[in-house]
Amino acid sequence: MLNRNGVPSLEQILSRFPKSASLTRPKAILECYEDIPCNPCETSCPFDAINIGSNINTQPKLDVEACTGCGICVTSCPGLAIIVAQIKGQEAIFKIPYEFIPYPNKDEIWHGLNRKGDVICDAKIEHVSLNKKQDHTMLVTVSVPVIHLHEFVTIRSKHE
Amino acid sequence: MIHKDLIIIGGGPSGLSAAKTALESGISVLILERSNHLGGQLVKQTHKFFGSKEQYAKTRGYDIAQKLLLDLKHFENLTIKTESTVVGLYSDNVVTVLSADKYERYQAKAIIVAAGASEKFLAFENNDLPGIYGAGAIQTLMNLYGVLPGKEAVMVGSGNIGLIVSYQLIQAGVKVKAIIEASSKIGGYKVHASKIARLGIPILTSTTIKKAIGETKLESIEIVLLDENWKEIEGTSKNIKVDTLCISVGLTPMHQLISMIGAEMKFVSELGGFVPIINEHHQTSINSVFICGDAIGIEEASSAMMEGYLTGLYVSKYLKHEHPEYEKETIKYEKQLSMLRDGPFGSKTKVGLQKLKEGNLHVES
Repeated sequence: MLNRNGVPSLEQILSRFPKSASLTRPKAILECYEDIPCNPCETSCPFDAINIGSNINTQPKLDVEACTGCGICVTSCPGLAIIVAQIKGQEAIFKIPYEFIPYPNKDEIWHGLNRKGDVICDAKIEHVSLNKKQDHTMLVTVSVPVIHLHEFVTIRSKHE
Repeated sequence: MIHKDLIIIGGGPSGLSAAKTALESGISVLILERSNHLGGQLVKQTHKFFGSKEQYAKTRGYDIAQKLLLDLKHFENLTIKTESTVVGLYSDNVVTVLSADKYERYQAKAIIVAAGASEKFLAFENNDLPGIYGAGAIQTLMNLYGVLPGKEAVMVGSGNIGLIVSYQLIQAGVKVKAIIEASSKIGGYKVHASKIARLGIPILTSTTIKKAIGETKLESIEIVLLDENWKEIEGTSKNIKVDTLCISVGLTPMHQLISMIGAEMKFVSELGGFVPIINEHHQTSINSVFICGDAIGIEEASSAMMEGYLTGLYVSKYLKHEHPEYEKETIKYEKQLSMLRDGPFGSKTKVGLQKLKEGNLHVES
């Protein structure tokens, strides 16, 4: 339970996923479940796809059509509460924020973790980016088996 | 004795922000800062900040400190003294300062107390063993001096500071074994909690520390479950092997200086402890003494900055040196501050400030 251990329920997670049909293209998953005063996701989006409104304590809403899955909001969110998800055949492709060293490299296989931190699968690193605008938050593109679409959230090195 | 228009006690987020709007009004300002750096706790904050662009959202804390300092750079009537501890505050606006082992005296037409807060500690057996730190000390060691506090740690307290410092410990390579929280709910933002949970670190609510164990230094801790009446549940004790324990159980406003000059005080638990009674212009019962930031109620640095800008503006009016855009700026920052407090996390502060207003204070302005 989110309030007791920081792990959102499946119901909460599903409420932030658009219909699978929309996920043939990458879309942002906004896992902000609490009214906190914050709006960088809205102001950073170049496509006006995230709406919070004038009261910044409101939870963000995604305009699924307008979202291109670019991932700018992923590294802008101070709570690291946004990932981008896409379905590509038998794989789910994610863009996730990552702030630990060592950084992952392209083509490496890392552990894929769920929201409790359990290892659930292998995650293949497809791409990494770290530019000045991201301010030390790496954007990592990974692929995992599509059955983990609603479960996968982050990665851990296999060499820890 | 050196005379200034305004002395600001504390060079943290609220003090630096107050200096900006005061200086824009043409007032001469002296900032007195105890430590050897400006920016207060911001310099240790490696996370990106919440809020909106007016509070430098998505900028990391240490970069916000640099921005605040950059804003002050071009003002000629600003004097900054670091490593200068204010040891006395007197009702004729005399401030006594210990600076490089010298005792100095300053006098100003107005004073802003922006002294911040101090950490609360927790009473338990052996809480003085080496290896037990406050969260602020852990941040100073790691983020200012690059020193690792230990190898295996437990965090006590799940407020935003406890969650953020846990994340920083993990980033630094420390194995965080658990975050324990006496309340039945996580205290801080859930997004911070989820960042920890997804790394496999358990957040144990309804759990407290019973004692620390070790001969010459911390070797393990005993934790125990609490029932809904905060009573220990027998038979639930558990030992965790750690060399580091981080205490993050809240902050309390630094009230000593403001108490010293005899300002009317009130204990308001929602604001974190003893605070002076103020009017809507952050003015205490001593007319020339103003207060802002955590010293008048524990909140996020975002709110402290907004309060700082406002208090600098209010002082400009008090000194009859009104800021050229007083109305516009005041409205802007008052709006920002009320917005920051508009969500569920701000309600505690709002209740506290309401209680503070119920103090029967009459300030002549």
